[in-house]
Amino acid sequence: MSENNVTAGKRHMGLKASRVLANSTIYLVLVIISVIWLIPFVCILLQSFRVESTYQVGYVMPQQWGLDNYKNLFQTDFPRWYVNTFVTALVTAALQTVIVLCMSYTLSRFRFKMRKPLMSFMLILGMFPGMLSMIILYRVLKDLGLTQANAVPGLILVYVASSGMGYYVSKGFFDTIPKSLDEAARVDGATRFQVLKKIILPLSKPIVIYTVLTAFMGPWGDYVFARYISFGTSAGMNVAVGLYNWLNKDQIATRYTMFCAGGVLVAIPVAVLFMCLQRYYVEGVTGGAVKG
Amino acid sequence: MTNDMKQGRQSGAGEWIKILAAVGVVLLGGLIYLIVGGIFSGIGVPMWVSGIIAAVIIVPLTLGCLLKWDKLYGVYKSTNKMETLRLSKTEKKIYGLMSIVLGIPAFFKNLGLTIWNAIKAAFSAIGKELADIGSTFVHGDWKTKISYVVMGFGCLARGQILRGLLFLLFEAVFIGYMILTGSYWLSMLPSLGTQGPTKEYDLILDVEVTAYHDNSFKILLYGVLTIFFIIAFIYTWRVNIKQNKMAEKILASGKKLRSGKEDLRSMVDDQFHKTLLALPLTGILIFTVLPIVFMILVAFTNYDGAHNGYTNNLFTWMGLDNFNTMLSWTSGKGGNTQSYAATFGEVLSWTLIWAFFATFTNYFLGMFVAMAINKKGIKFKKGWRTILVLTIAIPQFISLLYVSKMFARNGLINQFLIGMGWIKEALPFWEDATWARITVILLNIWIGIPYLMLVTTGILMNIPADLYESARIDGANAWQQYQKITLPYMLFVTGPYLLTSFTGNMNNFNVIFLLTGGAPTNAAASSASGNVGYTDLLITWLFKITTGAESQYYLASVVGILVFVVVAVISLVVYNILPSIKNEEDFQ
Repeated sequence: MSENNVTAGKRHMGLKASRVLANSTIYLVLVIISVIWLIPFVCILLQSFRVESTYQVGYVMPQQWGLDNYKNLFQTDFPRWYVNTFVTALVTAALQTVIVLCMSYTLSRFRFKMRKPLMSFMLILGMFPGMLSMIILYRVLKDLGLTQANAVPGLILVYVASSGMGYYVSKGFFDTIPKSLDEAARVDGATRFQVLKKIILPLSKPIVIYTVLTAFMGPWGDYVFARYISFGTSAGMNVAVGLYNWLNKDQIATRYTMFCAGGVLVAIPVAVLFMCLQRYYVEGVTGGAVKG
Repeated sequence: MTNDMKQGRQSGAGEWIKILAAVGVVLLGGLIYLIVGGIFSGIGVPMWVSGIIAAVIIVPLTLGCLLKWDKLYGVYKSTNKMETLRLSKTEKKIYGLMSIVLGIPAFFKNLGLTIWNAIKAAFSAIGKELADIGSTFVHGDWKTKISYVVMGFGCLARGQILRGLLFLLFEAVFIGYMILTGSYWLSMLPSLGTQGPTKEYDLILDVEVTAYHDNSFKILLYGVLTIFFIIAFIYTWRVNIKQNKMAEKILASGKKLRSGKEDLRSMVDDQFHKTLLALPLTGILIFTVLPIVFMILVAFTNYDGAHNGYTNNLFTWMGLDNFNTMLSWTSGKGGNTQSYAATFGEVLSWTLIWAFFATFTNYFLGMFVAMAINKKGIKFKKGWRTILVLTIAIPQFISLLYVSKMFARNGLINQFLIGMGWIKEALPFWEDATWARITVILLNIWIGIPYLMLVTTGILMNIPADLYESARIDGANAWQQYQKITLPYMLFVTGPYLLTSFTGNMNNFNVIFLLTGGAPTNAAASSASGNVGYTDLLITWLFKITTGAESQYYLASVVGILVFVVVAVISLVVYNILPSIKNEEDFQ
């Protein structure tokens, strides 16, 4: 008996030592990872303050600090792009949330004849590369006068109209709200609409925030649709298309640091918003992944 | 789908399953040939070498299958009842291989069966509908009979004013549309227009002006829309007849029909789902379904920059020509060296390799990072996560573009390394095919790990702690715990997620386009179309085809359809195999 205790004690000591070793290795790895992750962002921030040259250089710390790059941004179309993107993101966030929630709530709560076929149909639709449809959408929107300089409404239409296909995550959420709640209210004589308004919506705050957040962030990062629809007209571009052009071969030498400044201005509000609502994002992402 | 496989297993090793397995082996060989060929032709090794490699893998496999068939199949069969745990290691491997080999033909068999059943069901449904339409006419009263011609008449005559008016309105709109424009679009659809723009002499202004006539683009678009509209009309007409039949029945039983007010109320009550779905589905129909149908049809035309259907030349139907071009092995246009099929194979193989590495490097590294942060005794958990999550929070185009420039020839990293005297010449991150491919995969880890970390953190926390407890008591070390508990659990839970992220990576436009733009250019393959580069995925290639000077939309459509086929086949084959993976990994 006592012998056993002794060996157990020794093993315990060994475990403790190895745990300390393991933990310090992990700390080391985490520090290295964090540095790697932060380097580009630190660089972009520092270079946006560099005044002495506008092209790429081999050092990070500016030799001369200043806000010239930020000031120069206002001599270009950048404010226009910024407003375009902001308006697009705001309207898209509002409309897309309504559409996605309608879709996911219906598919989660109602049992109707076409439900299963509808879901598999949308699964198959999702396997087509969405970019393909841009060719025709561009020409149709052009006929309607919603491209180039008027790209913002056109872009909103494109984002919102097909957003119903992205119902998976929020449907997973609605599936977790017990159905007995609905049934109890139905027995008491509530209509389906009242059930949604009075019972489900108050419980759905996390998923509403998640949907708004992802819908808001989407337009900030979209390049390909925005490029199709603005079609080379500066007034209709969003920040991604506009700033992308600044890194072309013929512009990068004069615009590189301005790109950094523009990037910082775009990143800060979006990143701050995301960090504040991170909790909801994590909930949505984990829920969505587990349910597939 | 899995039911059929199970039935096959239960009914014993029939001859058909041998044939299926042979087909599977051949398909597997083809796949290996394409992938290996794609990699090799990238570095200048002729295709026959990859043919030999594929044969070296496939021939012994086939022989082995044929000779030891019953034993192999016996192993496979025995695992039906979740007996995989009892199998030895080699038997498990055999089981895995067999399920892949059998999974491919089983997929095609099931696909065939599904289509066949769907056709059968459709015909019998149509037959039933027709019979019902006939009998309703024969047995119905005069109100019902008039409704066959004047939609909604029955509803109006029976006092359901709202419904009746809606039906009537729809019929009026439909007939008006068909007479005014619908018939024109429909009649032009087979030819896509007969007269292109012509030069005409303007007497008054004394100049040549261009007169525009037919518009192929609009003919195709509105032709498709008209067909949609006709289908909708037939459906509504059928609903109208059904309503009459039901109304007769209800009245005969002495009950009252629903009033317009009750109809409106039902829209937020028992018909609420229709109200909710109306808007989203309309959007999807117009902005997703219609464009996809249109683009599928474009693959059978010659719609491109030089045939835009209106201002220069009309486009017209080409049958299967474009598919023949894309899949032919004869060399490309203008005496170029590489055929379309070879280019397609090259891009496809890189797409698959990319998707594989992008998915699994992120998956495992993300899991490790999540486990490291989750480990007991590690402090600042929230801080580590926040740092990593920055790559999600900041719009991708900023981080990707910036990093892409960091690695450029005169970018930060090269200049820094040269400045420090560590290297003499700039490293060819984006200039050399292999360098570029590896750099893209590594940078994708930078982008992808945080997301996977978030996903896996939640799942890791769900693993019951007592499993680890008992494993520790049994003396299992950390690696064994990972291998026997964490990994099986994770694979079990995230199997479907892995599949979607694989197909998502195949279509990962942003990462590739913003990092490399497909560079470096693949000179030989570019003869096909669209300036193909070594890091181009099918999806970025497609984009380049549509934006180049030639804008070969028809070719882009063909590529798009092929992307769809590849994604669909992979998804369905994996779903066929997935349950068996689950059985195998099910550790409880």
